[in-house]
Amino acid sequence: MGYVWDFFAVARNADILLAGLGQTMLLSVCGIAVGVAIGGVLAAMRLSGRRTLSWPALAFTEFYRNTPPLVHFFWFFYGLPMAFGLTLPPFAAALAALGVQSAAFFAEVFRGGILSVETGQWEAGRALGMGRARLMRRIILPQAARRMAAPFVERSFELVKTTTLAAALAFHETIYSAMVIVTQTYRPLEVYTVVAGLFFVVLFSASQLAEWLEARGRRAGAR
Amino acid sequence: MTVAGDVVLQVEDLHKSFGSTEVLKGIDLSVRRGERIAILGSSGSGKSTLLRCLNVLEMPTRGRLILDGEAVGKPAAGGATRYREAELNRLRARVGMVFQQFNLFPHMTALENVMEGPLSVLGRSRAEARRTAQRHLERVGLGGKADAHPARLSGGQQQRVAIARALAMDPEVLLFDEPTSSLDPELVGEVLGVINDLSEDGRTMLLVTHELGFAYHFATRILFLHEGRILEDGPPEQVLKSPREERTRRFLDRFTAFRF
Amino acid sequence: MPTIAMPELQFGEVFANIDLFLEACGLTLALWAVALAAGLSGGLLVGLARLSPRRWIAWPARGYVELFRNTPVLVQLIWFYYALPVLSGIQLPAFAAAALALSLNASAYCAEIYRGGIQSVAAGQWEAGRALGMGRLRLLRRIILPLAVRRMVPAFTNRAVELAKNTSVASIITVHELMYTARLFSSQNYIPMETFTVVAMIYFLLIYPFTLASYALERRFAAGRA
Ligand SMILES: Nc1ncnc2c1ncn2[C@@H]1O[C@H](COP(=O)(O)OP(=O)(O)OP(=O)(O)O)[C@@H](O)[C@H]1O
Ligand SMILES: [Mg+2]
Repeated sequence: MGYVWDFFAVARNADILLAGLGQTMLLSVCGIAVGVAIGGVLAAMRLSGRRTLSWPALAFTEFYRNTPPLVHFFWFFYGLPMAFGLTLPPFAAALAALGVQSAAFFAEVFRGGILSVETGQWEAGRALGMGRARLMRRIILPQAARRMAAPFVERSFELVKTTTLAAALAFHETIYSAMVIVTQTYRPLEVYTVVAGLFFVVLFSASQLAEWLEARGRRAGAR
Repeated sequence: MTVAGDVVLQVEDLHKSFGSTEVLKGIDLSVRRGERIAILGSSGSGKSTLLRCLNVLEMPTRGRLILDGEAVGKPAAGGATRYREAELNRLRARVGMVFQQFNLFPHMTALENVMEGPLSVLGRSRAEARRTAQRHLERVGLGGKADAHPARLSGGQQQRVAIARALAMDPEVLLFDEPTSSLDPELVGEVLGVINDLSEDGRTMLLVTHELGFAYHFATRILFLHEGRILEDGPPEQVLKSPREERTRRFLDRFTAFRF
Repeated sequence: MPTIAMPELQFGEVFANIDLFLEACGLTLALWAVALAAGLSGGLLVGLARLSPRRWIAWPARGYVELFRNTPVLVQLIWFYYALPVLSGIQLPAFAAAALALSLNASAYCAEIYRGGIQSVAAGQWEAGRALGMGRLRLLRRIILPLAVRRMVPAFTNRAVELAKNTSVASIITVHELMYTARLFSSQNYIPMETFTVVAMIYFLLIYPFTLASYALERRFAAGRA
C-alpha cells in the first residue's frame, strides 16, 4: 500500500504543538486546583451529617459524574454566557466545566478516603476530648490522605485527558494546535500519531513516577 | 477538692436505646473517688454501652450524668439531655478510655500517641508533653519503644501504649472496655499487670472484663449487669462467692476454671 | 458595571423537537452497545494475555493497554477517523472509526478489570483446582472466572458509565449521535443553554440506571463478603 509517512511536516511545526501542550498543562493544573477546591467543599457538605447540606451535594456530584464532560464544556461556553448576553473566553469556559465536573469526582475521592478511616480512630480522638476540627486535622486527614493518594492521581490523569475536549471550544491546547497544523500540512495521520505519542510519554512517565512515589510512601507508612 | 471517698461520678436513671431496642434500662450508679469497679455480665448485656455512656461516646437516651457534682448537659424535653460539643470535649478530657481494639493512631509513634492528648487538648508545650509521655511509657514498661509505630508493636505492647495515652491526660476516672479480650493468651498477663500497678495511684477505674480472677483481686467493687440492669453490686467477696441472684450464679458457673 | 439581563429561557422549543434528540439517542446507544460488547469480549482476551507467563504474549498486551489508557479518547477517535481510510483503502463512515476506537479503548480498560479480578482470586483456589487435576483453561473457566466475575461486575458497570460518556466525543468526528444533534440544534436555534441542559438530562437518564446498579452490586458484594 502506497501511503508515504512524512513526519517532517510535523517536526517543522513542533513549536505550535509544544505551545499547545503547554496550554494543556496550564488548563490541567488550573482544573485540578478548581476541582480540588470545589470537591473539598462538596465532600465536607456530604459528610456534614445535615441533610440540607448533604443532599444538594449528593445531587450535584451524581449529576456531574453521570453526564458527559463534553456537554458541560458546551454548556459553559455557549449556553451560560448566551443566556446572560455575555461571552466567556474559551479558557474560562473550559476551566469552569473541567473544575465543576472533576470536583464531583474529587469529592468522592476525599469522602471515600475519610470514610475509610476506622470508627475506632474517631472514638479514640473523641475519648481524649478532641474537638471535631482538631480530630479531623490531626488524626483522620493524615490517615485518609495516604489512601486518597492513588485515586487522586488517577482522577488527575483523567482530568488531563479531558482537557483535550477544550479543542471543541477553539481553545489552543494540544489537539487544537494539531488541527491547525493539519490544515497547513494536510498530514493528519502523522500529526495525530505524534500527538498520541506526546500524551503517552507525558502520562505514562507521570503514572510510573506516581506509582514509584506511592510504593515509597507505603514503605514509609509501614515503618 | 480531691478527697478520697467523695462521689466523683454519678448516673441517675440512665437509659440507652438503639432504634427500638432498649439496651440500658435504667442504671443508677454512684462511683466514689478511688474505687476500682469491675463490670461483669454476659455478651450483649450492655457493659460496653454503659461504659461508653459514661464518657458520652454514646448519647444516653434518658437520665443524668454528674461528674464532680456538676450535671453534664442541659435537660431537654422527654427526660432527654442536650449536650454541647465543647462541654463533652471537656468531660472526655477528664474521663479516660482504653478500648478493646487499642485504637492507637497508626501514623504516630508510640511517644506521639501519648503526647497527642496533652499537646492538642490540654495545650501543654511540646517539651512538657514529651517529658510526661516518656514518663508514662516507662511506667507501662515501654520506655524503649517510644519511636516505634503501632504496626511494629505486639498487641500487648499496643494496649500498654493505649493505657499510657489515657494516663497522660491525668483523668479523674479511667474506663477500660475489655482491654485484654483481643490479645493472644500469652500477652494478657503483661497488660493486666500494668493495670494492676495503677491501683497504687488511687485513681478511680471502671473495668469491663471477663477475667474473673483478675477482677477478684483488682476490684474494690463488682457490678453484674444483666439485660441492661445492674443485678448485683457489692464487694468481690460477696458478689463472686455468694451472689444474691440466681442469674449471677448461673453466669459464674460457666467460668469453672476460675480460681480465687 | 455592565447590566446583566435575566435570561428568558425557552425550554418549550427544545421539548417541541424532543423527537429529534430521542432519535439521535439511537446512534449513541448503538455506539455504546458495540463498544461495550467488544470491550467485554476483547478485554478478556487481552486480560488473559497480560497474565500469560510468556513474555512475547504478555508484553504486547501490556503495551496495548498502556497505550489506550494513557492517551485521550479524543485523540484515539481522531486518529482512527483519519487512519481507517488510509489503512483499509476504502472510505468508511465516521461511525466505523468511532466504534472501532471506542471498542479498542473499552477493551484496554476491561482487560485491566479482568486481570485484577483474576489476580484477586486467592492462590489457594488455583492450587485446589490443580490438585483436582484440572488443566489451566478448564480451571479458569470453571473455578477462577466464576469467582472473579462477582468482584468484577461493579467495575464493569462503572466502565459502562465511562464508556457511555465517551460516546459523546464521537460528535467531534461528525458522528450524528446525541451530542452532535445537540450542537447542530443549538447553533440553528440560538438556544444553547436550554439545549445542552436538556441533553445533559437525557444523558443522565440513560446513564444513571447503570450507576444505581453498580451501587446495588457493590452493596451486595460487600454484604456477601462479611
Ligand atoms: N451502635 C449500635 N447500634 C445498634 N445496636 C447496638 C449498638 N451498640 C450496641 N448495640 C446492641 O446493644 C446490645 C448491648 O451491646 P454492648 O456492646 O453494650 O454489650 P456488651 O455487654 O459489651 O457485650 P460484649 O461482652 O459482647 O462486648 C447488643 O445487643 C448490641 O447488639
Ligand atoms: Mg462490649
